[in-house]
Amino acid sequence: MVACEAAAVAFATVLFGVFLLVVGAEPFAVLGDMFDGAFGSSFSFQNSLVRAAPLMLTALCTLLPARIGMVVIGNEGALLAGGLAASAMAVFMQKIGAPGVLPMALIAGMVGGAAVIAVVGLLRELRGVNETISSLLVFYIVLAVFLYLVEGPMRDPASLNKPSTLPVLEENMMGPLPGLDVHGGLALGVVACLLAYVWIDHTRYGFAARVVGGGPRAAQLVGLPVTLMAIIVCAAAGAAAGLAGAVEVVAVHGSANASLYAGYGFAGILVAFVARHHALAVLPVALFLGGIEASGGLLQRRHDLPDAAVDVFKGLVFLAVLGSEPWVRMLRAKIEARGESKALEGATLVQTMPATEVGKP
Amino acid sequence: MSGVIRTVLAMTLAFTACSKSEPKSDAPVDKKESAAKGDKLTVGFVYVGPRDDFGYSQSHAEGAKSLAGPDIKILEEEKVPETIDVQKTLESMINLDGATVLFPTSFGYFDPHILKLAPKYPKVTFLHCGGLYTEGKHPENVGSYFGYIDEVEFLNGIVAAHASKSGKLGFIAAKPIPQVLRNINAFTLGARSVNPKITTTVVFTGDWSLPVKEADSASSLIDQGVDVLTMHVDSPKVIVQTAEKRGVYSVGYHTSQAALAPKGYLTGAEWNWSTVYKDYIAKIKAGQPWKHLVRGGLKDGFVKQSPYGAAVGADAQAASEAVKAKMVAGDFVIFAGGTKDNQGKVVIPPGAGLSQTDPSLEAMSYLVEGVVGSTGAGS
Repeated sequence: MVACEAAAVAFATVLFGVFLLVVGAEPFAVLGDMFDGAFGSSFSFQNSLVRAAPLMLTALCTLLPARIGMVVIGNEGALLAGGLAASAMAVFMQKIGAPGVLPMALIAGMVGGAAVIAVVGLLRELRGVNETISSLLVFYIVLAVFLYLVEGPMRDPASLNKPSTLPVLEENMMGPLPGLDVHGGLALGVVACLLAYVWIDHTRYGFAARVVGGGPRAAQLVGLPVTLMAIIVCAAAGAAAGLAGAVEVVAVHGSANASLYAGYGFAGILVAFVARHHALAVLPVALFLGGIEASGGLLQRRHDLPDAAVDVFKGLVFLAVLGSEPWVRMLRAKIEARGESKALEGATLVQTMPATEVGKP
Repeated sequence: MSGVIRTVLAMTLAFTACSKSEPKSDAPVDKKESAAKGDKLTVGFVYVGPRDDFGYSQSHAEGAKSLAGPDIKILEEEKVPETIDVQKTLESMINLDGATVLFPTSFGYFDPHILKLAPKYPKVTFLHCGGLYTEGKHPENVGSYFGYIDEVEFLNGIVAAHASKSGKLGFIAAKPIPQVLRNINAFTLGARSVNPKITTTVVFTGDWSLPVKEADSASSLIDQGVDVLTMHVDSPKVIVQTAEKRGVYSVGYHTSQAALAPKGYLTGAEWNWSTVYKDYIAKIKAGQPWKHLVRGGLKDGFVKQSPYGAAVGADAQAASEAVKAKMVAGDFVIFAGGTKDNQGKVVIPPGAGLSQTDPSLEAMSYLVEGVVGSTGAGS
């Protein structure tokens, strides 16, 4: 299926080339510089990696609930809650002089994010509230509370023109990965995606979750605790986005402030959809998106294109990948049907099997 | 560390050379290219918003444009958020394009982003708008500059008070932080120097760029009888447009918005960054030392007032010009002794008042008498 995605990206690239021609830029020079800016040198590659790191974590916030049949888009809210919780925990631990500030801050971030999305899961399971709408609305509530606390009760009085919480001390900050100029959030993102993959695709619990995703009524009939499972998956999803917020605090900003609301959560929704809710696919998709972001500067500086040029490219890529979905399904169905017919030929069975059971495993 | 940077630089140079010239260029050609680059001063500007936003970012882009010349190369990048993105943008300007002087122009770029990069690139100069450089605490290759735009706000207040019939002025602001409060207060003090009964109703939208909320706030203020609107947000565009559409006066900020409101635009408080930028660049080119903390007002040409609009009468112009002359001469005090906040508490001790360089003004936390609204603190 990778070939289909690659074809979609190639198609989008050609369209973008036409767009560049129309606006009077040189397509080959622009695309060449985009590659330079994203992956052309060690610096560029690390630039892409650092931008991909938060997306890996926030993508899981949409991806995990999707596997259990829910469309959650409250990633940004979970990220903000996680960042705030991480900052609060770090400040508290520093105040009492306890060791282990960094791990505790990360855990607090996960708990903060988990709480937000778990509420969304609870509302849906217990009150039948549509989780897509409620997760979006919960984001607005979290944002308002976040800004109130950062600019009010939790504000560092020394943060005059940029209201922020008290700083995490330098020695408690998360450093770069060995040999790289990329913070530890990248490692956490990769590990989280691997864990999500193993959990959903290779454990009994994950199988049960996918059964619920396929049909909650049927799952209930076979005795699965649907409500509890949905809430647990939601909590795990929120924890991933919350961890992204915590990383922003302990690896980048050093405090919680309005800069945390930078759109990583919303970008994560796109990553999850383009990755077709497959945890391993998140890694290359996030890196690709990070690369596009990293290359945006060169387009502005060397080709005098506006910042929106990379948004056009991103939009084309997403439309092409998502728009190709029906063809991908058709292709997959054909391949599987052919595989099955071959298997049937090999065996001496005369039984006919329905070839309609295709799509998501 | 510098070894790593050098390797990255070399790789980048090699790469760009490969992709631009034909098959493979020899090392000497690379060297020549980099030497030729070295003759020109490469200066990078980073903006938080679009560079044609009719606001903050545009004011800096205009300053950048004023530097154009044969021996300078200007790099610009817009819409760079105050996240790790700005660190990477600055590093990319240094590593890929050879920038040696950088102007990251948004307040939030300073801490932690510039403070983190400056020690890593000691040969690059980072000049930041808005920050408060502290000797000994901040790196040597960092400087910060800002303007006393509250002087122009005071003048704007005078003009607004002359234009207002309802005696109600409106101020739409992003956040109740010292820079913003200082502007609201100066505007109100200016207005009340003309009409002691006039009030300024303030609305805080909560963030720097929320066009929908800004338009809503403008409409609601006009519904409450406000007939002159001004603002402190990143882009005054929608507020000025809304005021024009509803037939009330507007007073601009950051750059001139006169083109958006030919009928109702009275005047505005504009930045004049070209003064600051030309001065820095001239010093750097000449190899002279530059000041780490630069501040200036009307007298220094850091800020200016938009040309008066058609609706501004001769008396209003005369009143505003008279105070402006005093400000330029350096004998005008905006924040006078005995000034009260809008709770009735005296916030500036009776006496001579505060001069523009007084550090307590950069930590302002109150709204003066005559402002309708609250900073939210203590509530």
